[in-house]
Amino acid sequence: MSKNNIIIYGLILVFGIGAPFLFPAYKLQISILWILTILALTWDIQGGQMGYNSFGNILFFGIGMYVCSSVQIGMFFPLSEWTASGGEKTFLHTTSQYFEGFTYGLILAGIIPAIVAALIGYGILGLRGHYFAICTLGIGIAAGEIAGGIELIGAGQGMTVPPWPKGIGGTELRSQFFYYLCFLTVSITFLVIKWIYQTRFGLVLNAIRDNEDKAEAMGIHTMRYKIIGWVVSAFFLGIAGGLMGNMIGYIEPTEIAFAGSTYGVFMVLMAILGGKGTLWGPVIGAAVFHIFKEGFWTFFLGWQYVALGALIIVIVIFFPEGIMGWLREKYPHRFGEVVDEADRTAQVELT
Amino acid sequence: MDGILLGLLFALIAYGMALQWGVMNIINIAQGELVIMGGYIAYFMYTAGIHPAFGIIVSPIIMYFVGWFLYKSIINRVVERDLFISILATFGISILTQQLMNFVFGADVVVAQSNFGTTLLFDDSVTLPNAKIFSALVSIVFAVALVLYMKKSRLGRAIRATSQNPRAAKILGVDTEKVYAATFGINAALCGVAGSLIAITFTLHPYVGLPYTVRSFMIVIIAGLGNLPAVALSGVGLGVFEEFADYILGTEFRIAAVFLLLVVILVYRRFKLSKKREYLK
Repeated sequence: MSKNNIIIYGLILVFGIGAPFLFPAYKLQISILWILTILALTWDIQGGQMGYNSFGNILFFGIGMYVCSSVQIGMFFPLSEWTASGGEKTFLHTTSQYFEGFTYGLILAGIIPAIVAALIGYGILGLRGHYFAICTLGIGIAAGEIAGGIELIGAGQGMTVPPWPKGIGGTELRSQFFYYLCFLTVSITFLVIKWIYQTRFGLVLNAIRDNEDKAEAMGIHTMRYKIIGWVVSAFFLGIAGGLMGNMIGYIEPTEIAFAGSTYGVFMVLMAILGGKGTLWGPVIGAAVFHIFKEGFWTFFLGWQYVALGALIIVIVIFFPEGIMGWLREKYPHRFGEVVDEADRTAQVELT
Repeated sequence: MDGILLGLLFALIAYGMALQWGVMNIINIAQGELVIMGGYIAYFMYTAGIHPAFGIIVSPIIMYFVGWFLYKSIINRVVERDLFISILATFGISILTQQLMNFVFGADVVVAQSNFGTTLLFDDSVTLPNAKIFSALVSIVFAVALVLYMKKSRLGRAIRATSQNPRAAKILGVDTEKVYAATFGINAALCGVAGSLIAITFTLHPYVGLPYTVRSFMIVIIAGLGNLPAVALSGVGLGVFEEFADYILGTEFRIAAVFLLLVVILVYRRFKLSKKREYLK
């Protein structure tokens, strides 16, 4: 690890830990930034490294969200009564019940989406290119529609998550608790993904992206690797979903949980904006995108989706390589690439 | 019966999609939005006091230019690129147009009354709104006209040549840029026709575009590119399936059923294809 890297990691760590004290007003926004970073990082396992452009990763986010809060409630109270009351009649969790439920909920919120991913993976990851993209788009939307039809989890009105226990401090502590939990999750996600990309597994993912048939011909069980990559994504996405649901405090099937047209697209955009297929790209992309988005939401209120659509088009047309791709072209030496200037000019003249 | 008439309408949209998929290798996620836009044009004529059936003449003309403009402004920048880029770009167009329509036309569900009355068949056991029969007939007429146009006219030949081999077509003096623009325009015009028919027979709402995209995508995958009888047949099949799903599962699961069917078809197709690739096992 070079000196530069240590400085960068140190700065991020200091920012991550100090942010709630430096910018107390933006605590929730920065927590959401960490969640968005998880979304972008996990999307990039598929989209960037593996070359499978998924629009449906939001599925796991939503499942995680529902599983987490269902477990939290269902461990102590009848779930159907909770949702039937529509938040009117709330059973109060005691402090220990709350944290017990939350811990189990979060663990299951990781595991169940991972199982779902493994189950559907074999069928869906066999699709190639645009068929995969459209198929995952369909799954994401279908999941939202189905969740909106199930009475047990609140159908179209959505469900509330257990309120923060009264005994141990107010909303200040609550937001700080979730902030650090988000930061911890994003750190773990980042380190796991960084480790994955350094192992043979990361090389296999890149091989699948570059030429899947060739990778298969070389004796790699591509399907197995694809499913594992998908499961890793689903695990972290599920946990992020569980956190997000608790942070917002209210779950709605099509707008929050299976929000194909907001978070589902955001994760793709962030990864592309930052530069897909790189480790840091999604992180940078998420930060830049979040700042832009909040700007849009504040200044173009009501027009934000128009701005979003325009933003997608602009990003796709003008920055298909992303920020990291642009940096890479500008400073190739920083990326450990040696450019033979004479050779390059010769090639430029050729084309 | 409803399903069959509905299916012909879907087939018309799907044919537009197949056309541009085959020629430009672009999957247009904004297809549904173009349909809805066409529908709103017919609705406007209705509110202006003109019979909405004339929408099938006016809205394709307007939509042709909308499509042409979209191509010139956005699509021509992504047509040469990676497929995923073009999917994302059209997805952006889809969100953009959806929201613009929401602002311009409002989020209310609207319907253009055609006052066509209904036909009763088999001793009143089957009721058929004339509007639906009318729209099915119009779909057939437009589809046949389009096929003839593609076969006979000069532009149609140029489009077919470009879809077979754009480079060779370019060498032989076909202005592929113009062909692409025309293809996108024709597709948008077809969407306009379908949209104005939907305005007569169903309801319009800015956010219902995406299901139409998915339906047409599904029909294209089942039928293959540019095979008109198969497109019509699978369109009808889809229409019938939807009516059944509506009846059995309930209306709230209708859209979910459509999307799930898409997933099932794609996965089935993958397993069927993977049997052919035994050398990789």
